[in-house]
Amino acid sequence: MYVAAKGGEKAIRNAHKLLAKRRRGNENLPSVTLEQIAAQLTLAVDRVMAEGSLYDTHLAALAIKQARGDLIEAIFLIRAFRTTLPRFGNSRPLDTGDMLVRRRVSATFKDLPGGQLLGPTFDYTHRLLDTSLAVPDEAGEVDDQAGAAAMRADEADPAEKMPRVTDLIGAEGLIEASPADDGEEPFDITRAPVSFPVDRATRLQTLARGDEGYLLALGYSTQRGYARSHPFVGEIRFGDVEVILDVPELGFPVSIGEVQLTECQMVNQFKGSAEQPPQFTRGYGLVFGQCERKAMSMALVERALRWAELGEEPGAPAQDEEFVLSHCDNVQATGFVEHLKLPHYVDFQAELDLVRRMRREASGRTPADEMKEAAE
Amino acid sequence: MPQTSENHSQDNEIAARRAALATLARARRDELESMIERLSPLPAASELRPAEVGLVMLRGRTGGDGAPFNLGEATVSRAAIRLEGGATGFGYRLGRDVAAARRGAVIDALWQDPARREAVEAALAPVRARLVAEAGTVRAETAATKVDFFTLVRGED
Repeated sequence: MYVAAKGGEKAIRNAHKLLAKRRRGNENLPSVTLEQIAAQLTLAVDRVMAEGSLYDTHLAALAIKQARGDLIEAIFLIRAFRTTLPRFGNSRPLDTGDMLVRRRVSATFKDLPGGQLLGPTFDYTHRLLDTSLAVPDEAGEVDDQAGAAAMRADEADPAEKMPRVTDLIGAEGLIEASPADDGEEPFDITRAPVSFPVDRATRLQTLARGDEGYLLALGYSTQRGYARSHPFVGEIRFGDVEVILDVPELGFPVSIGEVQLTECQMVNQFKGSAEQPPQFTRGYGLVFGQCERKAMSMALVERALRWAELGEEPGAPAQDEEFVLSHCDNVQATGFVEHLKLPHYVDFQAELDLVRRMRREASGRTPADEMKEAAE
Repeated sequence: MPQTSENHSQDNEIAARRAALATLARARRDELESMIERLSPLPAASELRPAEVGLVMLRGRTGGDGAPFNLGEATVSRAAIRLEGGATGFGYRLGRDVAAARRGAVIDALWQDPARREAVEAALAPVRARLVAEAGTVRAETAATKVDFFTLVRGED
C-alpha cells in the first residue's frame, strides 16, 4: 500500500544542492565538458545510448555527467527524456552489410573476404595498468604504441564490401537462413504492452536495450552448461551504418546520417530433421555503439530463447523467456529495487502490529497480560 | 518496362536531390553557415512547419538480413521552409541541431532552383570532400589492423 508522505521539502532541496556540489567535486579542477565525455569516455556513452535505447551521443554524455558517472542513473535520465519527444517515423531497416567497418573479426574463418580487422580493441592488450596515462598528453607505452597516432595502411580499397560471414556459409546451405521479411510491422515494446510468449522481433528489441551485466551473466550460464549451444563467433563487426528515413512530404527516402552499431552473428550447433539435413543454427546480437560484450551476450541469450522453435529441451534459466525478458531492463529493475528505500512507514507499521500479534499468539499471552506486565 | 525520357530525367533529379540532402544532413553547423554565406543574398524563408526535434525508431533485421525488428530510437531534427517566390525545402538530420536542419532546408530549396543548382552543388563540394576524406582515414586506419591468423600444425604423436 502506498500512502503519501508530506514534509521534508527543505531537506530535499538541500540534499539536491549538496548533490550538485558533490557532482562538481574539487572546484580547483576544471569541470569536465560534454565534448570530453563524448570523445574520451566513448564506451560509457555507447552503453548509455544502447540501454537508454536512444542514439544521441551528446545527450548520453550529458546524462553521464549529471549522473556522476552512474551509468544506470544516466540510462534512466535518457529513458525519461525520450518520452518527451514525438516520433517522426521508423527508419528503413539498417543494412549492416553496407557498414563502414571499423572492426570485424571471425572466430570461425581465418581467411574471409575483406579480412580480419582488429580495429580499436582491448583484445590482445596486456591488461597492465598504463601509468603513462596518469600524465596528461603522454603516450602509452604498455602496449607498444608509438604515440596516439594510428597507423594507416595504403592499400585500403574504398569500394570493398564486406560480406557477412553468415552469407558465406549460408550460400552452401550449411546454416539456417534468417527469418524472411514478410512485410509485417514488427511489434514495438515501447508502444504496446508485452504478453508472453513473444515473437523473435520482440525478444530482439527487449534484449537490445537490456542490461549488459545481466545478459553477460545469462550468456555465460549457457556456456557453462545451462542450455549449452556450442557457440562460435561467426562474426563481430562494428562500424558506421547509414540511416534512411522515408519522408512522406518528399515522397522519397532520405539519408539522414550514420549511427555506429556492433553486430554479432553467433553460429551454434546443428539441427536436422527427417526432411532437412543438419545445419548450423544462429543467435543474433545488434547494439548501438561499440558494445561487443553486450552484442555477444545478446546473441547467446537470443539463441537460448529459441529452444522451442529448434526442438530443444527446456529447463535452463536463459531459456525462460518470461523470466529473461521481464528482468533484463535495468530501468525497471532499479526502479522497483530502489523504491524500497522510500518511506514505507505505514506498510511497516502494519507488519509490526502483525508480528507482535503472532508472537503473542505463539506465547499464549493476551494483550491484557501484557498491559498488566507493563503496569507492574 | 522501358522508361520514358521524362521519367528518366525525373529519376535523375530525385537521385541528385537525395545526394544533396544526404550531404546536408552530414554537414557541420559551421559548414552550413559558410554555405549560406556563399550563396547569399537569399530570398526570405518562411516556416512551413516549425523546426523541431523528434525521434525515429531505428530498425534492424534479424540475422542482419531477415525480418525487421525495432532496435531503438535516435533523435532527429527537421525543418520545412518556403522561399519567397521559390521552392519548398526540407531538412532532416540525426541529432538535435534544429538550426542546422533549418539551414539544410533553405539550401535544399535553393538547390531546386535550376538557376542556382550549380552554385549549391559547388558549395556542397567541400563537405563531400571532407566526408570522403574522413571515411578514407577510417578505412586506412582499420586496414592497418588487418591480421593474418595462421594455424600451427599440431605435433604428431
